[in-house]
Amino acid sequence: MLQFDEMTGGDGHPRVAYQRLSQWLNTVDVQWLSSRREQAELLFRRIGITFAVYGSQEATERLIPFDILPRILSRNEWDRLERGLIQRVTALNLFLKDIYGDGQIIKAGIVPADLIYRNPGFCSEMFGRRPPHDVYVHIAGVDIVRTDDKNFYVLEDNARTPSGVSYMLENREVMMRLFPELFSLHRVAPIEDYPNELLATLRSVSPPRAAGEPVIVLMTPGQYNSAFYEHSFLADKLGIELVEGRDLFVRDDIVYMRTTEGPRRVDVIYRRIDDDFLDPLTFRADSALGVAGLMDAYHAGNVTLANAVGTGVADDKATYTYMPEIIRFYLGEEPILLNVPTYRCREADALAYVLEHLNELVVKEVNGSGGYGMLVGPHASKAQIEEFRLKLKANPDNFIAQPTLALSTCPISIAQGIAPRHVDLRPFVLHGASSVRVVPGGLTRVAMTEKSLVVNSSQGGGTKDTWVIDEVRTENHPNIT
Amino acid sequence: MLSRTADNLYWLARYMERADFLSRVIEASRRLASLPKTYGGAESEWDSVLLSSGSAESFAASGRPLEEEHVVEYLTFAADNPGSIRNCLYLARTNARAVRTALTVEMWEAINGAFLEMQSFENRRKTTSTEELTHFLEFVKRTSLSYDGGAYRTMLRNDAYWFSRLGLFVERADNTARLLDVKYHVLLPEKESVGGSLDYFQWSALLRAVSAHNAYHWVYRTSMKPWLVADLLILRPEMPRSLISCYESIVRNLDLLARAHSRQGPAQRQARKLHNHLQNLTMENVFQSGLHEFVSNFIGENNQLGLLISEQYLF
Repeated sequence: MLQFDEMTGGDGHPRVAYQRLSQWLNTVDVQWLSSRREQAELLFRRIGITFAVYGSQEATERLIPFDILPRILSRNEWDRLERGLIQRVTALNLFLKDIYGDGQIIKAGIVPADLIYRNPGFCSEMFGRRPPHDVYVHIAGVDIVRTDDKNFYVLEDNARTPSGVSYMLENREVMMRLFPELFSLHRVAPIEDYPNELLATLRSVSPPRAAGEPVIVLMTPGQYNSAFYEHSFLADKLGIELVEGRDLFVRDDIVYMRTTEGPRRVDVIYRRIDDDFLDPLTFRADSALGVAGLMDAYHAGNVTLANAVGTGVADDKATYTYMPEIIRFYLGEEPILLNVPTYRCREADALAYVLEHLNELVVKEVNGSGGYGMLVGPHASKAQIEEFRLKLKANPDNFIAQPTLALSTCPISIAQGIAPRHVDLRPFVLHGASSVRVVPGGLTRVAMTEKSLVVNSSQGGGTKDTWVIDEVRTENHPNIT
Repeated sequence: MLSRTADNLYWLARYMERADFLSRVIEASRRLASLPKTYGGAESEWDSVLLSSGSAESFAASGRPLEEEHVVEYLTFAADNPGSIRNCLYLARTNARAVRTALTVEMWEAINGAFLEMQSFENRRKTTSTEELTHFLEFVKRTSLSYDGGAYRTMLRNDAYWFSRLGLFVERADNTARLLDVKYHVLLPEKESVGGSLDYFQWSALLRAVSAHNAYHWVYRTSMKPWLVADLLILRPEMPRSLISCYESIVRNLDLLARAHSRQGPAQRQARKLHNHLQNLTMENVFQSGLHEFVSNFIGENNQLGLLISEQYLF
């Protein structure tokens, strides 16, 4: 398959957005780059030690590899992406409001009822209820890939508790320290206002009945959670308390936190804990992480949970396949971002096709994540394929299949110089009471191993800084036509 | 601030202080135990170390023989001793990590760096020599200095700071009092005529354990007298580990908290009561009513303050 490289395009000539980076790369030598790479590693280890560490051995494992070459998007590309992201998250939100309300999309026969109501992500507790300001997906992390100059595909809509934004912010800080000269060559759109935008978003969705300045907290499962570093990082940047379930309690349907000055009312909870663990009275009774009575306070309209409860039904891989229809239904617009063509194995024809073409397709579990429970046909052994065939036949509803996309590559710095590696992009979309915003950029995840398509950090993927830059004016660069 | 955050800061400070105290007591006792018997050196020294660190019972229950090597191991690296230096540093770090955002970078680096270094000491433990132990104890003292210096030099002066100071001084008062409790018999005035100067080394070990060996001479400019050693550790406000000095700081920090929260509570009242009591006390009173009784009573009252702080702020 022909691969699209974001720096060199197909033909080896640097694409416009990468021109200055490419010229700059010609002026520096491999050893110098290597020394910067080591410096970056050192910086991250220090930041890691400052924030992330679990223990000395684990600390080294937990350091997510970082590549020092920026991934660059032109302003034009970004504008289109941004419009597409806003469109998509707006539609996701309307979809959730609809299926927990009237269910018009089901009545219209566009999405099958059992796909919604029997979906493990559907939360019957939320049926007929409305969260403050009708916002469900306050923070979305949409995973995007591209295959050529023009098209962006959405791989996954993460509408529950997407993580990674701390890496987006830290990557930029480290890059600015390492390569000030590159930043003066490019005008890179800043992302440092993300915490500010996030805070504005959370404030905007405070329950209407909350009086005065809303009290916002970030709720974490605790320091043994793998994303705890991000939780404490964000709480610090937002200037809000980082709470655990045991710091909160509910009295008369109002949520309070225990402070040294006595109970303090809480209005908005940015929760980084799954639905199942929120309230032992409603969900898992064995959960010690949640707060008893939290759902009562939520239903009474006394507290906002961000994201809302029950968003999992919108970001699973079965619902994903209907996203183009969902966008058309609620917005009357054509989707700007493409869906990867997907075979729904729940449909007999599709299943038959998938079973015949297992060696060409990527098969995923509908509710899987983190790159687990999937089959990458072209890279799989015969035995793995046969194993998956049995799984598929046993429970076709649980799977979807997609053609393997020729994912784009970006250059990364390696010991011998630079080399192309596959990348994806997770921009973070903020949906407030009256606006939907995206900071320009996102987290670029990169498969550090040659030819690998797996970018998940849990499986050795790394990250890159992502730049949105204004176009180079071509008249200054006569070589470019 | 979040009660849990205050609780973590308070206990973080207590564990760091306790680790420091343990390392000083072990150092002083090693010195004493290495003296010829006629100078007061005795294996029984290790028994009193265990008593003053509050781990005598659990040590006995662990079935280890009462010998220097085992006591030292129990107090430094033993994972099964909740009060070992290793566990103090471990718990300090657990508390620190939970409130990472309430700490300054300097404090966190001191604690986290210490934790990592302790692990490498732990890994080398099989080959632990006396020299290595000396290094380890030095390292623990250095750690508490850099943690404490980090807190003092970089923290905002708000409730987070006051809670961490409270933890430090409540723990320190407890440590000094326990040390007195174990050693009170060598500090009784009548001992001088009976035991002569053989107790000198006991007194000097005691002073070393609270890093006041030189301070004694600066304060009293006279040879070592047991009642003066007791005076130094109980009533001298200029001695940073004396009970009265700890209570001065406790009262001050509790008052700052009370002002910020516009409320005086049982913790403030208890601290002021103890402080007043110490201020109006002379060593004569103490010896008349019994040093031992005084010290055990103080330990009880100091614990009571700890409970009141928890009830009032850390519920």
